[in-house]
Amino acid sequence: MATRINPEFVQRAVKIQLFGLTGFTIGILFFIICFISIKGLPQISFEFLTSNPVDMGRSGGVFATIVSTIYLIFVALVIAIPLGIGAAIYLTEYTRESWVTHIIRFGTECLAGIPSIILGLFGFAFFVMALRLGWSILSGGMTMSIMLLPTIIRTSEEAIKAVAYELREVSFSLGVTKWQTVTKVVLPAALPGIVTGIVLSIGRCIGETAVVIFTAGSSLRLPGSFFDSGRTMAVHFYILAREGISMPNAYGTAAILTLSILIINLGAYYIMRQFLKKM
Amino acid sequence: MSEKIVVKDFNFYYSNHKVLSDLNLTVKANSILGIMGPAKSGKTTLLRVLNRLCDLIPNIHVDGEVFLDGENILLPDLNVDKLRTKVGMVFDKPVPLPRSIFENLAYSPRIHGMKDKRKLEELVEKSLKLAILWDEVKDRLHEPATKLSGGQQQRLCIARTLAMEPEVILLDEPTYGLDPISTLKIEQALQVLKKNYTIVLVSNNTWQVARISDNVAFLLMGELIEYGSASEIFTVPKDKRTNDYISGRFG
Amino acid sequence: MKEKIIEKILMLLAFSAIGALLLMAIFIFKEGMPIIFKVGLKNFLFSAHWAPTKGYFGIFSMIVSSLFVTIGALIIGVPLSLACAITLTEFVHRRLMRILKPTIELLAGIPSVVYGFLGVVLLVPLIRDYLGGPGLSLLASSIILAIMVLPTITSISIDAILAVPYTYKEGSLALGATHWQTIHMVILKAARSGIITAIILGMGRAIGETMAVIMVAGNALKIPTSPLDPVRPLTSNIALEMGYAAGDHRAALFATGIVLFVFIMIFNVSANIITKRWQRE
Repeated sequence: MATRINPEFVQRAVKIQLFGLTGFTIGILFFIICFISIKGLPQISFEFLTSNPVDMGRSGGVFATIVSTIYLIFVALVIAIPLGIGAAIYLTEYTRESWVTHIIRFGTECLAGIPSIILGLFGFAFFVMALRLGWSILSGGMTMSIMLLPTIIRTSEEAIKAVAYELREVSFSLGVTKWQTVTKVVLPAALPGIVTGIVLSIGRCIGETAVVIFTAGSSLRLPGSFFDSGRTMAVHFYILAREGISMPNAYGTAAILTLSILIINLGAYYIMRQFLKKM
Repeated sequence: MSEKIVVKDFNFYYSNHKVLSDLNLTVKANSILGIMGPAKSGKTTLLRVLNRLCDLIPNIHVDGEVFLDGENILLPDLNVDKLRTKVGMVFDKPVPLPRSIFENLAYSPRIHGMKDKRKLEELVEKSLKLAILWDEVKDRLHEPATKLSGGQQQRLCIARTLAMEPEVILLDEPTYGLDPISTLKIEQALQVLKKNYTIVLVSNNTWQVARISDNVAFLLMGELIEYGSASEIFTVPKDKRTNDYISGRFG
Repeated sequence: MKEKIIEKILMLLAFSAIGALLLMAIFIFKEGMPIIFKVGLKNFLFSAHWAPTKGYFGIFSMIVSSLFVTIGALIIGVPLSLACAITLTEFVHRRLMRILKPTIELLAGIPSVVYGFLGVVLLVPLIRDYLGGPGLSLLASSIILAIMVLPTITSISIDAILAVPYTYKEGSLALGATHWQTIHMVILKAARSGIITAIILGMGRAIGETMAVIMVAGNALKIPTSPLDPVRPLTSNIALEMGYAAGDHRAALFATGIVLFVFIMIFNVSANIITKRWQRE
C-alpha cells in the first residue's frame, strides 16, 4: 500500500511557508524604509534643503536639484495632463469600442511597457539632438511626459467610466451639449480619480533617472530657464552613489527621494479611498 | 385644443428588431396623455423619441414622422439641444446632480445664457413652487440636493425640468417607488401644470393613469392598441386586450 | 459645429500615445539600423566580441546576461510573489488584504537608483563575504530585480485570483478537498492566464530595468558561467557608454536599444494576447 502524505499536514506546512514568505516580503519593504530613514533622515536639515551643492556635491545641500526636479515635473505634467485627459475623454465619451479604440489602447499599453532607458535614448535622439533643444529641462520634461501618458490615460479613463451614466443622461435631457456635459458634470465627478493618477505620476517623475540623465543632463547649477540643463534629485543621488562622492549626502538624498515618493503615493491612495467612499 | 405633438406612421428599430410599429397618435396641447402598457411594450422608447434622447442608443433606425408644433423633430439636422429645452424629461429614478438644490435648477438656464442672479432666483422659486417643493426647501437652497428624500428629489427633478421653461414635459414612471404622499403631491402638481404645459406620462400603474390623464394610449408589444379619452378607455374600452389589461388579467 | 471641432481635437489627443510610440520606433530605428546593416544582423546579435573602439559590435554576451539576469529574477521573484498573492487572497482577512496589497505596491514606488544603492551597500558585500566573487554579480542583479518586480507580479496575480468565481472554490471544498488542495488544483489553474500575464509583465520590467542593475551587476563583458560572475546586461551597456559614445559606437548603442525594444514588444504583445484570453474566459 502506498503511503500518502496527510493532506491536512501538507496544508499546514504550506500555510506556514506561505505566511513566512509573505512576511519576509513585507519585511523587506519595511527594512528598506527604516534603513534609509535611519541613515538618511539625520542628514536632512533646513540647510540641506535650501543650500546648493558645493564641490560636486561633496558638501552643501540639494536645493538646485530640488528646483530642477520641480521644473521637470512641471513641464512633464503641462504636456501629459491635457493629452492624457483628452485621450481618456475621447475614449470614453466620444467613441464606442471599435478598431479605432483598440489601436489607441494598444498604443497606450505598449507605451506603458517601454523601459525608461529606451525613452531616454529616444529623448536624446529626438529632443536633444534632432530638435536641437540640447540637454535641458525642456527635453527632459517632454520625454518624461511620454512616460507619464499611459498612466494618466488609464487612471483618467477609469475615473470617467465610474461616473454614473444617469448623470450624463440627465444633463443631455436638459439640453446641454456633450462637451458641456463632460466639463460640467463628468469631469468634476471624476476629478478625485484623475488627480490620483496625476499624483502617482509625480511620484514616478521624482524617482526616474534613466530618462532624465540622457535628456536633462546633470548640470549642478540652479536652472535659470527651462532651456537650461539641470540635475534632478534622482540623478544627483545616482552620481553621488556611483562616484562615492559623499555617503552622508547620498543617504540624505535617498531619504528625501524615498520618503517624498512614499508620502505622495500614500496621499494618492488616501484620495482614492475618499473618492470611493463618496460613491 | 390644438395638437401639440403628432406621431405619424412611426416605426422604431433597435438592431433590426422592431420595437415600435406603425404608431399614429396625437398629444393635445395643455393636456395629459397617459401611455400605459405592460413591460417591454415600447412606452419608454416612445417617450425617448419625443426629446430625441433615443439618439444616445447605438444601432437604431427610425422611419415615419414626429411633429412638434408642425415641425418634424426626426430630421437629422435638428438642433436636439434646443429641442430638449422645449421638451423636458423626468426619469423613473430621481437623479439629482451632485450640487446644491439651487444649482440643480440653475444648471440648464445658466448654460443657456441666463446670468442675471435675480432672474435665476425668481426662476428657481417659481419652478420649486410649481413642483410643490418650495416650502420644504426654501431655507436650504444651498444644501446638497442629495440630502433630500426620494420623493423630494423627484420633485426637484420636476422643478429642474420646469426651470428650462419647456413647452412639453415627459415623465417616465415618475412616482415609481415613491411613498404615497410624494406620489400624491406629484400628481397634484401635474394637474396644475397641464394648464400651461403639455404633459406625456408613461406609467405601469393603470390607476395612476386613470386618475390624472385626459387621454390615454395603450401600447402592447410596440403597437398602439387603443387611443382615446380616459373616461372612454376605462369605462368602455373598444379592444378586448385593453379590457384585459385594465382588469389586471395580464401586465 | 463647435462640438465637431472639439471631437476632432480630442481624437488627435487620443492618438498622441500611439503617435509617440511610432515616433520613438522611427527615431531609434533610424539611429540604430545603419550599424546593423554595416556589421550584419547575425554578427551583431551572435558575436560576443564588443570592442567599439576597434569596430567590433557583437552584443551576444549582453543578450545572454540580460536573459540570465531576468530568469534569475523570476526564479527568485515568482515564488515569492505567488506566495504573497495566495496568502493575501486565501489566507488573510479581506480587510487586511486591502491594506497589505497597496503596501506591497508601495515597493514599486521606491526609485530604482535607491534599490541599486542598497544593493551596493548591503547586498553586494554580503555576497562577496559569504559566497565569494566580487559581489557585483549576476546573483546580486537577480535578487534586486526580483524585489523590484515583486509588486507587479503580486498585484496582478492577486487580481487574477480574485477574479476566479467563488463557486469554483465552493465546489471543490464541497467535494472534500482541503483548502490548499483547492488552491493549487482549482483556483490557481483557473487564474493561470492572469498569473502568466503577471509574470510576462514582470519579465518585461526586469529586462528593461537599468539603474539598479548598473550599480550591482559588475559590468564585465563576458558571458557569465556562474551566478557570482559580474555581468553587463543590454541596459547597462547602453547607459554606461552613451555618455561618451560617438559615430558608429553611438549607433551601435541605439541598435542595442532596438534589440531591447523588440524584446519588450514581444513581451507586451504576448501579455496582451493572454490578457484578452483571460478576460474572455
